Amino acid sequence: MSEPPGVTVTFAEAPKTDDPPQPLAAQRVLPLRRPGRWIVTAVVLIVVAQFVHGLVTNPFYQWDRWSYWFLRPTILDGLLITLQVTVYSAVLGLAGGVVLALARLSKSPVLRAVSWTYVWVLRSIPLIVVLIFLYNFSALYQTLSVGIPFGPAFFSFDESRLATDMVVAVVGLSLNEAAYAAEVVRGGILSVDQGQHEAAAALGLPKGYQFRRIVFPQALRSIVPNYVNQLIGLIKGTSLVFYVSLLDLFGSAQTMGSTYPGDIVPLLLVVTVWYLILTSVVSVIQFYVERHYARGATRGLPPTPLQKLRTRLTDLGARVRREAAV
Amino acid sequence: MSAKTREARADVEAATVEVHGVHKWYGTHRVLDGIDLTVRPGEVTVVLGPSGSGKSTLLRIINHLEKPEIGYVSVNGELIGVKRQGERLKELSERAILVQRGRIGFVFQNFNLFPHLTVLDNVAAAPIATGRLGRSEAQELARELLGRVGLADKTGAYPRQLSGGQQQRVAIARAIALRPGVILFDEPTSALDPELVGEVLAVIKDLATSGTTLVIVTHEIGFAREVADRVVFIDGGRIVEQGPPAEVLGTPRHERTRDFLSKVL
Ligand SMILES: Nc1ncnc2c1ncn2[C@@H]1O[C@H](COP(=O)(O)OP(=O)(O)OP(=O)(O)O)[C@@H](O)[C@H]1O
Ligand SMILES: [Mg+2]
Repeated sequence: MSEPPGVTVTFAEAPKTDDPPQPLAAQRVLPLRRPGRWIVTAVVLIVVAQFVHGLVTNPFYQWDRWSYWFLRPTILDGLLITLQVTVYSAVLGLAGGVVLALARLSKSPVLRAVSWTYVWVLRSIPLIVVLIFLYNFSALYQTLSVGIPFGPAFFSFDESRLATDMVVAVVGLSLNEAAYAAEVVRGGILSVDQGQHEAAAALGLPKGYQFRRIVFPQALRSIVPNYVNQLIGLIKGTSLVFYVSLLDLFGSAQTMGSTYPGDIVPLLLVVTVWYLILTSVVSVIQFYVERHYARGATRGLPPTPLQKLRTRLTDLGARVRREAAV
Repeated sequence: MSAKTREARADVEAATVEVHGVHKWYGTHRVLDGIDLTVRPGEVTVVLGPSGSGKSTLLRIINHLEKPEIGYVSVNGELIGVKRQGERLKELSERAILVQRGRIGFVFQNFNLFPHLTVLDNVAAAPIATGRLGRSEAQELARELLGRVGLADKTGAYPRQLSGGQQQRVAIARAIALRPGVILFDEPTSALDPELVGEVLAVIKDLATSGTTLVIVTHEIGFAREVADRVVFIDGGRIVEQGPPAEVLGTPRHERTRDFLSKVL
């Protein structure tokens, strides 16, 4: 290496500035400027503004009719039905999913095969087919009996009495939901460290306690986000119950739409906004449930939005003060 | 103090552990090849051996986390995981095995604390779940045990908020909460930073002097020399030699023991 002398720059003779010389360690790091990010932000803001402007001013949406319909009793009755169907199906679906997942993870090959087949079949059939099939069930079977196949029935009940539209809807959705929930729950249980099972077994904790208190609460950490995803699909899936003549949120809007054809667009917007509200509520609940089950998994809990806002404000204040001091 | 509490707290009766002709295969790989071992009540036995020699497997067979293909284990004369039926051994129900495990404490290399429960609940869980104590009595006991391992101020913490040494001490408190007659340790300090090893060994030493039967797999030769009543050296799934620490560690008779000791010392 033969460099001409005089070209080498050492730190000691680094270019001089007007500032009084400060040791490097005492200097503030200048943040990197990102002009590209500002341009993209501006473009996105313009597009969003145009969209909102169109949404508000375009007469096609008829916002006055929207506000007329938004809190109408028919719509609210439909909303109530949607909520009921969702809650029942979500709970029953999850319960069924837990049972199916446990069967799938059990040592019995028969239970494993039954669970696998159930999931395979129910995930293959479109939900609407399940619903309409159940709807016509009473035509196929006059009575439903519980007993030994081809043998005596222990008890039986009249199908037509049982099969109110609500029951058909909830049963159909739950059957479908359970198949998906089974996979979510199974994944969650498998995600729990093997050492946890061993520690619980080594302590001699009763089998039920091991599952309820040790394994399942830890599995919930991965079950909750996945099941909520599932739940949001379910909320929208409930709109299919219209086809088994249950007037849910969508069904009520649809019926009103055929009575007042001019109001179809605002009615659809009413439905859209309500579904948006429902999924938002679910997302908020998800945040807090996840936070609850994160206990112990991380060294601290993730902050709530309010706490986040507060720290942001304090950070900002601190920064302003620092800048002012410099 | 209620009668129930007193009973659960009555001083532990140190157990005898007997391992009779235990063989264990994983597939075609023979891991244990006829282990016979008797641990007398209150005795502290340290098990040494190279990696893969079957030490963990032996401990896990003692509390029936693994089943031996041939042979059996008894604690205080009671067969573990099996019962005698005529001339044969028959597997016990899972529930009965779980009850037996309550009499055998186990401390894992990587603690395996329950991360979603507080330190206090980790220790109180087993006495509550097995119905030995009510909730408040179990928590009182847990507090006392945590004090004994020097963690009285950590009862409300979650395991991940503790150092490795603290977690292992909680795990020990959890294992003794059921007042087992024997406690098995599988390399209790191998997952710890060197400066944390001492605090865990101190707790184990304290247990050793309290008269509980201990079986400890460890590579801490100095600790073995100080605390063990007996050292058992295992290689290739067989007990190569055993005896007082001064003998096995000081003047080993077997080539393989000498070899191993020259590597770890
Ligand atoms: N579940 C298993 N399936 C198959 N082989 C296994 C299993 N568990 C252990 N082994 C094998 O059994 C042998 C003994 O394992 P073990 O864990 O008892 O050894 P160890 O003496 O505790 O070793 P270390 O000091 O590394 O912990 C090893 O060769 C290991 O690969
Ligand atoms: Mg091991």
